[in-house]
Amino acid sequence: MSLAIAGYFEPWWIQIVKALLIFGVALGILPLIIVYERKLLGRFQGRYGPNRVGPFGLLQPLAEIIKFATKEDVRPVTSVGPLFVLAPVISIITAVAAFALVPFGDAPHIFGTRVGLYGVDPSIGPLYVFAFGAIAFYGLMLGGWASGSKYSFLGAMRAAAQLISYEVSQGLALIGVIITAGSLSLTAIVHAQVGMWYFIPQFVGFLIFTIASFAETNRSPFDLVEADAELVAGYFTEYGGTRMVAFLFAEYLNMMVVSGIAVTLFLGGWLLPFGIHPPTWVDPFIVLAKMMVFISFFIWVRATLPRLRYDQLMSFGWKILLPLATANTLVTAIIVVAVHT
Amino acid sequence: MTWSPGEDQIAVQRAPAPGAAGGTYRAFGETLRGLKTTFARVVEGVHTIQYPEQKVPVYPRFRGRHKLHRFEDTGLEKCVGCSLCAAACPSDCIRVVAAENTSEHRVSAGERYAAVYEINISRCIFCGYCEVACPFDAITMGHDFEMSDYNRSDLIFTKEMLLAEPIESTPLRTEGE
Repeated sequence: MSLAIAGYFEPWWIQIVKALLIFGVALGILPLIIVYERKLLGRFQGRYGPNRVGPFGLLQPLAEIIKFATKEDVRPVTSVGPLFVLAPVISIITAVAAFALVPFGDAPHIFGTRVGLYGVDPSIGPLYVFAFGAIAFYGLMLGGWASGSKYSFLGAMRAAAQLISYEVSQGLALIGVIITAGSLSLTAIVHAQVGMWYFIPQFVGFLIFTIASFAETNRSPFDLVEADAELVAGYFTEYGGTRMVAFLFAEYLNMMVVSGIAVTLFLGGWLLPFGIHPPTWVDPFIVLAKMMVFISFFIWVRATLPRLRYDQLMSFGWKILLPLATANTLVTAIIVVAVHT
Repeated sequence: MTWSPGEDQIAVQRAPAPGAAGGTYRAFGETLRGLKTTFARVVEGVHTIQYPEQKVPVYPRFRGRHKLHRFEDTGLEKCVGCSLCAAACPSDCIRVVAAENTSEHRVSAGERYAAVYEINISRCIFCGYCEVACPFDAITMGHDFEMSDYNRSDLIFTKEMLLAEPIESTPLRTEGE
């Protein structure tokens, strides 16, 4: 008996095309998100942000990637070579792998073949995401440890503690949705939201998931892992050039993954409210638009909140978020059982 | 006799006691307030002045690059080469070499004129004492402040450069701005 069903129904070549498309779209949007973040952050601070390179400064990330790519490949003598090289690769691979799960639409018929507008729709959707999220920690921790520098090491230790603490709450926050939908397949969860998006009945879960996501993606106010002021850059202090870009891209890609999961599980995926049914080709754009709204919220919070103190982070994670998430799960379970019997 | 602090005592405002539940409740409210504050900045708009394209207008009495003047009717130079500006200059950056006007070669309205008039802008502190010292209002401080250059020798402004109209003009602040 298999543990999970991946649910392929496309021919193999469509799978490859889909993989390339998702990879291309994800890595194509990333630079835009980076420039969008910098511009929006500028607006929050009463300035324009980058606006010199290209039209509206849109080519700024391109210029920066060229700059990073031409940098010297510096490696500290204290670093552990193979792991130092491997760490950013782990980070980016896990981020891309998790992104394959975000459903951008149902499975319409394109030119006579049924094509799912997602990388893969396993019967264990959220578990898959958390599995890759957990592997992604190795990128951070190995990167920090293999650098052989105390700043990196401190950053890695903080990353380990923070990510493990908040992953628990993040996972528990999703269980409420899973219980309500009665399925672990992400497309099935979206279909279950036709009547009402889950962020209304599962508002506490949505709140916990959002807060835990900030911690999971190392975003302000939970960016202790990077903490520019005290740890210089945390686990990637010793990284430069393209390896640093890999870490940076992995972080932003994780932000997109988390937004995608939040949109899928809480904000109705490709559905629109008030019974509007647009043609199928609009669905991916709806998901992308919702993701952008979520990412804008990330940036808004980054512009607002200062970094938490380490003990505050830990007491908040274990004493508030985890009991709240547990209570949310219990209450949801009780209500679901009461309604169904 | 005990000392009384009287009116001088300092009221110490202590931070609320740390606690997970109370702290979270307070932090949540303050977070919402903070989000409102930052969003108000977006609504407020941008305050940046895009410098090379937009310039901050200067006040009329702004002391920028010096200008030498001519009489508008005769076209003769106002400077008579008295070197009072050079004497007044605290950073000693003005060099004046005077020469006699002759009837064939008449440069200024007075008896003598400045054959050499150089201001070393790299040493000038823009105090405006030269302007004050000048008895004929021949030298005034203009409004230009963009004078960077790649060579120090290019920053020694000669009489011809100071007499010429500045190429780049700085916007002047209008009344009440």
